[in-house]
Amino acid sequence: MTAASGLRAAAAAAAAAGSLFAGAADAQAILPPDVQVKNVTLEVVEIVKSDKDIQAGDRRKVVALIEAKVVPHFNFTSMTASALGIHWGKATAEQKARLTEEFRTLMVRTYASSIAAYKNQRFDFRPLRTKPTDTDVTVNVRVLQPGAEAVKIDYDMEKTARGWKVWDVRVADISLTANYRTEFANVVRESGIDGLIRTLQAKNSKLAERTPVAGGGRP
Amino acid sequence: MRVSSSRGASAWPQRLLAALALALAAGCATTNGGDPRDPFEGFNRSMYAFNDAFDEAIGKPVATAYKSVLPDPVRGWVRNFFANLGDLFIGVNNLLQAKPSDAVNDWARFAFNTTLGLFGINDVASEMGLEKHNEDFGQTFGRWGAASGAYLVWPLLGPSTVRDTAGGLLDAYFDPVRRHDPTDARNFSVVLRATSQRADLLDASRILEEAALDKYIFQRDAHLQRRRGLIYDGNPPRESPSSRVREEPRAETAPDAPAPSDRLFDEPAASGAAVPDSTSSYEPRHPANYAAVLAAILRTAQ
Repeated sequence: MTAASGLRAAAAAAAAAGSLFAGAADAQAILPPDVQVKNVTLEVVEIVKSDKDIQAGDRRKVVALIEAKVVPHFNFTSMTASALGIHWGKATAEQKARLTEEFRTLMVRTYASSIAAYKNQRFDFRPLRTKPTDTDVTVNVRVLQPGAEAVKIDYDMEKTARGWKVWDVRVADISLTANYRTEFANVVRESGIDGLIRTLQAKNSKLAERTPVAGGGRP
Repeated sequence: MRVSSSRGASAWPQRLLAALALALAAGCATTNGGDPRDPFEGFNRSMYAFNDAFDEAIGKPVATAYKSVLPDPVRGWVRNFFANLGDLFIGVNNLLQAKPSDAVNDWARFAFNTTLGLFGINDVASEMGLEKHNEDFGQTFGRWGAASGAYLVWPLLGPSTVRDTAGGLLDAYFDPVRRHDPTDARNFSVVLRATSQRADLLDASRILEEAALDKYIFQRDAHLQRRRGLIYDGNPPRESPSSRVREEPRAETAPDAPAPSDRLFDEPAASGAAVPDSTSSYEPRHPANYAAVLAAILRTAQ
């Protein structure tokens, strides 16, 4: 109930945007969702730990890593739909595509920052109990760190023709898409779907102007 | 962030009550169609702006300096030392929530970390498999069914709710750091703890800046989601079907109805045609063993 805890909660939600996650992008066989999460997480962590440029704060390389290893496992259309909530149905196909594109950019950028904050935490992958007929599952991962409670990360995944895709990430019980829902609804109420697209574009181009250094240090 | 004043712990309740009265007064003027969970948004936003300015001017620079001056292991000792003191009342709250085995776990952590861990600066208990928990009096109230009430932002203390403010008063009253004498040592400890907590969040706050369109709303919603998760010890029921909207969303409540929430103040005027959705109520109910536990506690007390 301190400002610190509120900030931590908010930041956890932000970090959810790209919580360490992956899975063979073009795997021939569809892996079980929990195996997919584990493989991709460990692969990304291994690269982050061993890549000197990423360690030194090379932002473009982090983004490239995310695009290659993480993005293929997300269904950004479903994610954006969930963040829009009831307003999604009001958008035209073109508006949906543009919203998804802008939201995706924001997520990738946020993920790049949260990767930079990674510091040798260990992961506890929880086994998943599912039936073969399930099409909607939640994969649980816990991030263990000394001197603090474990942070729970839940990946909500849906089965698609192209394999299991993430449509929401919950970090410490904070759903990423739910956290954007109020903000998005406020903007839509004031200036419509197009207003939201403009707002997201402005946010993304403002972030692109910066040259942030990974690992903190920005005053 | 907790920042102490030079006055003692005894001054806190009065000042919080005074602030609460102020909040209610300010809030009355600002209830015009916002989120029903946040009827005092006007007051809260001004407190948020104050906290943000304070953080920019003092919190962040001090935390940044702290982080650059002290090496990682030393900051770990500070973090662990205060975390260890917290375990005492985390255990008390677990007992009050009828989770005796968790309480024993917390007190065992305190015992091992205080002795083998050298006054708590090393978290040996975690290595032994005793997990750190997160509990406070606000969660204890929530566990027994108290609704969170309106969202509130306090100066320096940050986001809270009516329920968690009541809980926070108890937390502060029993806080071993605040009860420590002499005053100088207490003030030093309180500031050190706040600095340590803020330093741990430097990366996080930068991510928040990037992710949020409206930082106030982003932080508020995250805080409320987080508190709800904590009360359920990480297993909250899914909020509502609306969290799963696919290409063809089902026709739901009124278009502009806010997300279902544990609302204290229903605002029919503000939420328009929004119909309270009985399935979206997710305040915890009494645990199944409530009666038995209550009886056991009463028996021990006699």
